[in-house]
Amino acid sequence: MNMLYMLQHYWWLVVSLLGALLVFLLFVQGGQTLLFGTAKTEDEKSLLVNAFGHKWELTFTTLVTFGGAMFASFPLYYSTSFGGAYWLWITILLLFVIQAVSYEFRNKAGNLLGKRSYEFFLFLNGSLGTIFLGIAVGTFFTGGNFVMDKMEITNIAKPVISYWINSWHGLDAAVVPFNILLGIGVFLAARTLGLMYVIGNIDNAELIERSRIKVKITGSAFVVGFVGILIFLSMLTGYSVDRESGFISAVEHKYLLNFLQLKWPVIMLLAGVVLVLSGMTMIFLKRDKNSFYVTGGGVVLAVWSLLIVAAFNNTAFFPSNVDAQYSLTLYNSSSSEFTLKTMAVVSVLIPFVLAYIVYAWREMTKKKISTEELEDPNSIKY
Amino acid sequence: MILSAIVELSRLQFALTAIFHWFFVPLTLGLSFIIAFMETAYFKTGNEFWKRTTKFWMKIFAINFAIGVATGIILEFEFGTNWSNYSWFVGDIFGAPLAIEGILAFFMESTFFAVMFFGWERVSKRFHLMATWLTAIGANLSALWILVANAWMQNPVGVTFNPDSARNEMTDFFAVAFSPVAMNKFFHTVLSSFTLAAVVVIGISAWFLLKGREEEFSRKSIKIAAIFGLAATLLTAWTGDGSAYQVAQKQPMKLAAMEGLYEGKSGAPLVLFGILNGQKNISARSVDSLKYQTEKPFHFAVSVPKVLSYLANRDLNSFVPGIENIIKGGYPVTKNGKDTLALSIAERMERGKIAIKSLADYQKAKQAGDETGRDIALKDLRDNFEHFGYGYLSKPEDAVPNVPLTFYAFHLMVGLGVYFILFFIIVLLLEYKSKIAKQRWFLVISIISVPLAYICSQAGWIVAEVGRQPWTIQDLLPVSASVSGVNPNAVIATIVIFFTMFSVLLIAELAIMFKQIKKGPGA
Repeated sequence: MNMLYMLQHYWWLVVSLLGALLVFLLFVQGGQTLLFGTAKTEDEKSLLVNAFGHKWELTFTTLVTFGGAMFASFPLYYSTSFGGAYWLWITILLLFVIQAVSYEFRNKAGNLLGKRSYEFFLFLNGSLGTIFLGIAVGTFFTGGNFVMDKMEITNIAKPVISYWINSWHGLDAAVVPFNILLGIGVFLAARTLGLMYVIGNIDNAELIERSRIKVKITGSAFVVGFVGILIFLSMLTGYSVDRESGFISAVEHKYLLNFLQLKWPVIMLLAGVVLVLSGMTMIFLKRDKNSFYVTGGGVVLAVWSLLIVAAFNNTAFFPSNVDAQYSLTLYNSSSSEFTLKTMAVVSVLIPFVLAYIVYAWREMTKKKISTEELEDPNSIKY
Repeated sequence: MILSAIVELSRLQFALTAIFHWFFVPLTLGLSFIIAFMETAYFKTGNEFWKRTTKFWMKIFAINFAIGVATGIILEFEFGTNWSNYSWFVGDIFGAPLAIEGILAFFMESTFFAVMFFGWERVSKRFHLMATWLTAIGANLSALWILVANAWMQNPVGVTFNPDSARNEMTDFFAVAFSPVAMNKFFHTVLSSFTLAAVVVIGISAWFLLKGREEEFSRKSIKIAAIFGLAATLLTAWTGDGSAYQVAQKQPMKLAAMEGLYEGKSGAPLVLFGILNGQKNISARSVDSLKYQTEKPFHFAVSVPKVLSYLANRDLNSFVPGIENIIKGGYPVTKNGKDTLALSIAERMERGKIAIKSLADYQKAKQAGDETGRDIALKDLRDNFEHFGYGYLSKPEDAVPNVPLTFYAFHLMVGLGVYFILFFIIVLLLEYKSKIAKQRWFLVISIISVPLAYICSQAGWIVAEVGRQPWTIQDLLPVSASVSGVNPNAVIATIVIFFTMFSVLLIAELAIMFKQIKKGPGA
């Protein structure tokens, strides 16, 4: 096993961990979908906006860092997927841009569009934003309609190394059944976690009661949906790369085989499922104060294992549906050994970053958010 | 034809989104420190006045921060969506600072911003103060990494081209992260942002004084901002000088455009003020060469003799090449410590084409197992690689940026920079003599100075980014070889969407800011 091979796998582990943490942190988005339907009064809306408003930037930063880490470690993916699936990524981008301003602008005088518009933006970000992110993640398994040839850089008249073969520019991924299922799965996970966060962090009996009822339904739907995703995934055909020749060929049940051949992702997946189910059990047993962290941890492990089998075991993690040979693998799309090594040194600081995030999180959530606090004229609020 | 449309549209979109982003970022870079000074005063004295003052400026900070984040993510995505060739060609180098920015700076900024903004009643006074300082440091650290990335595009060091992967690969991280160009760019940019923030604080405080409100709050804010601003402006001027020197050494065409210098000379003068002759148009060069050659560059200009030579080479009598010299070549240059003559752009284009063809030949020979052919191609590629990007240009004039835009932006930036030095000195004098609240004329000037600070800051980026055209990476990759293979209509659509969305958000942002200011720091 050479150094480059190890680094490519290390960085896929890091990037997919960021992806898994992102799905967990989408609880903010899930929480935003509660603004319509779950919150009945302005006070309740205000509680939701402030509870999730303390955290939205963490999610946003994770998304940005996920993108940055992907760019740095697998630039050919960044180049091919973003440049090809143009509309898919622009849609996600727009759905997140409207979130970033909405918390700050919503309750301010002079905000031009009115409070409801910004709440609607938050809702759109929470619903369509999570679904489209799921769809984009789905393309790791279902691929895209792209052509990629690095040597086109030597074509002076048209030095474009990759392009999408149809004018949908990535929106075609939104009609692929597996991608849709994954999108819905991510949405349900986000909403489940959002409801659990309300239960643990907001001091309002009615809102908590309503969330308890809703989380039973949403959480159960998520569990069923997740099982559906696993069954669907096990039937998918994936692409395997021969490391010597670089030749890529189709393999039936590739992802199922990856789980079975690698084994350790199965343990991660099972641990994730157990945690998710434990969190749900806590809800049904009404010992739900920490269900958010238990289920959240489960989501991280489960999603991480899925992203691992998308690329490990010599798998093409962004298959081309035009010609399998254009597909991206860890080997043909990564940065150089030197860059991966340099960044690996920097990544040593990640635990330190995680530590201060956890510390700040604990300090900030020691006290539940209450209407009394928001009504205090000295408090700063959204 | 379609390719050139995509290039122009992608440039327009990137310029549009970058300009919007830069409406919000510089204020947050500087204001974060001003807030930290104020909260430190609160922490040390326990005086509620400082808490109130800190909270007021913090609200202004938060409004800008949110929209800065919103516009920032777009830029990150756009490297992939609109500049996908670029992302591959140099992702190995460019992506690393971006990833480090995310891991080291963004998390620090966003984690502690939440504590700083919402944590007044939730965390200890000490932890809160620390959070405020860490937000300021985090914000400026993120500026560091993105500016390292930008500086690398202007001065690509620490890389080697790998013919097997057909891209540039990093070979020296420290050369990339700590190149003099990167360091200078970082300090010039953040210090000028501190200047802008100081002007904004003074302008808003001046408004309160004009209205006869909040005198203590306003005067103390003015005092802190003016000291901070004066120091920042002087240092900005110093780093600006360093920047001009580096541009002269690394991007001579940009310097020529900044100065409207068509014919170079020894002991070249620095234009202080001038009106360019619109007839001296580089696009006319290939159409009507005689007319172009006979036109004078300026209708009129005020210059100081020899200063440009000094700024460019630290030698009053040195030769500074003009646009024509760079196109035609043949002037003396020092390369790798040896004196030689500069190549013409046409020659560089030829050699660039050889480099590009050699790369293709190398790959073909490699696939065919032809080792001799591979070695010959590799030697040709290595010998000509420094001209690689020129191979994509279709005529020598393509190597010249937009001269009027670069020239006027540069002179506007420098002129306003000098103005701000005087401005801060007068503010400090008036404040020292306790006269500032009574000088209504000066308070009005202070308010008018706020938009001038933004114009100055944007002008700086225009010099940097328009002046380096046609290069995304100096000499190695022009914009025409950097874009994605998207449909031009898709880019038009996103330009319209972004422009509409940003305009609405900008109006809302300004309206919210004005209302917030009107409310004042409160009791």
